[in-house]
Amino acid sequence: MPEIKTQDFSAASVAAIADPKLRRALDRVASGFEVARLARVADATPEVWDAWRQEAREIKAHTIEHLDHYLDLLHTTVTAAGGHLHFAKDAGQANEIVAHIARTRNVKVATKSKSMVSEELALNPVLESMGVEVWETDLGEYIIQLAEETPSHLVAPALHKSKEDVAELFTEKLGIPYDEDIYHMATTAREVLRDKFMEADLGISGANFVVAETGTLVIITNEGNGRLCTSAPRIHIGITGMEKVIPSMQDLSIFLRLLPQSATGQRITSYVSMTTGPRRSDDEDGPEEFHLILVDNGRSKMLADPALREALYCIRCGACLNICPVYARIGGHAYGWVYPGPIGAVVSPMLVGLKQAKELPQASSLCGACREVCPIKIDIPRMLLDLRKKTAESPDPSVRSAPVIERASARLYARLMCGPRLLRLAVRFGRVLQKVERAIPFFSFMTKDGKWIRNAPLPPLSRWTRARDLPILPKKTFHELWEKGLSRDDS
Amino acid sequence: MTQQANITADLYVTCIIDQLYPEVGVSVVNVLRRLGVAVGFPKDQTCCGQPVYNTGFNNEARTLANRVLEQFRDSEYVVVPSGSCAATLRIFYLELFADDPQLIEEAKALAAKTYEFSEFLVDILKVEGASVCGAIHKGSAVYHPSCHLMRELGVKSQPQKLLSSVPGLEEKEMEGAEICCGFGGTFSVKFPHISEGMVGDKIANVQASGAETLVSCDMSCLMNMGGALNRQGSNIKIRHLAQILDAESE
Repeated sequence: MPEIKTQDFSAASVAAIADPKLRRALDRVASGFEVARLARVADATPEVWDAWRQEAREIKAHTIEHLDHYLDLLHTTVTAAGGHLHFAKDAGQANEIVAHIARTRNVKVATKSKSMVSEELALNPVLESMGVEVWETDLGEYIIQLAEETPSHLVAPALHKSKEDVAELFTEKLGIPYDEDIYHMATTAREVLRDKFMEADLGISGANFVVAETGTLVIITNEGNGRLCTSAPRIHIGITGMEKVIPSMQDLSIFLRLLPQSATGQRITSYVSMTTGPRRSDDEDGPEEFHLILVDNGRSKMLADPALREALYCIRCGACLNICPVYARIGGHAYGWVYPGPIGAVVSPMLVGLKQAKELPQASSLCGACREVCPIKIDIPRMLLDLRKKTAESPDPSVRSAPVIERASARLYARLMCGPRLLRLAVRFGRVLQKVERAIPFFSFMTKDGKWIRNAPLPPLSRWTRARDLPILPKKTFHELWEKGLSRDDS
Repeated sequence: MTQQANITADLYVTCIIDQLYPEVGVSVVNVLRRLGVAVGFPKDQTCCGQPVYNTGFNNEARTLANRVLEQFRDSEYVVVPSGSCAATLRIFYLELFADDPQLIEEAKALAAKTYEFSEFLVDILKVEGASVCGAIHKGSAVYHPSCHLMRELGVKSQPQKLLSSVPGLEEKEMEGAEICCGFGGTFSVKFPHISEGMVGDKIANVQASGAETLVSCDMSCLMNMGGALNRQGSNIKIRHLAQILDAESE
């Protein structure tokens, strides 16, 4: 698996916020996707859109509920079409399956179309260590590969890069004159990659969907690179998570509508490529061998947990990233692993372990915008709450997210709020403190007019007053006003 | 102006209004009374448990939720001048007590009679316009739809309807109205850098709207945005919808 940096979330998010270039990139791209998505919702009408989401959710729920059945069916259909289906329980196993195929078939060059699961497995370094040349052929992924970085968005991996960044990168890595014209840059990438498609022995793709009844791997792309990866080389390996299976071709149609419309606001992507088995005797082209690797790598843990199971319904459209006000500030890399944003804050803790990613579910205001845009109606805020519950007081200290002082505060708070008299006492104490401070501004935590707290001396309030003022305690609480006469109805 | 509604409602005032903004509670009582509601106030009420629930401390949350169930057991209606606290009573308690066969019934009973303030006015009291409350306002205002109110309770049109019908009030629009203000309870102090960024964007939109007053149905969001506005030296006022409807409060 790629290096896990989820435990550095706090520091990474502080650095990300301070990066003006990242901010500009995030402003420019993510909001554009959301505007386009909204236009598609309007086209469909919100009622129809909602009905589509419900239908898609029901298909996913049904499939995940009967996953064993559909995986068995898929095994039968992939085999019947002349392909090979492999199950990998973790990243090591998945990479070994690919490495074994590459080794025994004497693979020298591999082309890849976009696959987040291969990022999850950190497959490229494994192949490269065997001397296989690996070429990412999705333009965004190609940029990321040249820059030796990781994707920062599910569908737009190089979202954090400006065209100037890319022009500099191309100049440095490809030795071409600096040219920030996007068309020229895309043409350059196309020329480099076109030769590689012809040279490659092995094509590796992800899968947006795998259809159980026919054994068909479905990928949707805008660049046509997916089709070239799956048909030009003599071997094609598809790698995806085991949750990507859907029952039938009939079911596929709703997802072909929802995925691109939710992801980029396109009615449909430029290419929808379906691959069933290797080339048949009467086919003019296509690979001689077809392998499909279904990866578990922690997914069965999600499957076993009723509170988090619906994270497996995700079709990786990225709509939750595009709407998320937290992602909009910090971008994808701060999340520290392959899957960023709201869905990443649920999936990462389950795949890399709560111990390392316990901070991610805390980093949300629980505003619920992600659930509102999710094409599968995945209840992300509830799952974040569930993960908070699982970590706050976990008996395992390495998983526990709340430090001693926070747990003590939670108990003190509940105690205070359970005894109205105790609470009244605390409020009186607070008022005295304010009065003293106003008379002798020892801590000088108030504004000059004495109406606001500006420099609270201790956390958590001091963390609030970094950039916000806090109202002072008023002379009377509502309780006191009620007792002092408000309870009488004179109207 | 008084209508004969013959309705008794108990106020769940919320701890933030109780402790920091008691005048909002007074306005809620004034408006309800003007509409003919007999307002009750169970005196031992404190916090609904939302801050601990949102942070994952479900035992503490259950302790506090239990008190609310007890205090409002006999209420005809429970009116809550906050979207997020109303969502706690109406939605989160059902999750909190899902495995408790006895308390889940009590939680369901509470949920069925709990309404957020604007929702209670429009859906139960059938208030068609703000003038029946005696509301009148000089100046412009912009409305922030708070996240829990909008997305947990699905209350969108009711506060808008009330605000738009206030005589003399000039309603302003803002960019990104439905984007979270960045409060998020303990989130605001656990990740202050992110929360500050979010509220910074939000108040930039509030200021760009040109409104003199920022109105919402949640004092927690208003405390967040108001605190940031004040720090930046802005004189935009923050008001709960109830204060706008209660002309006497101005």
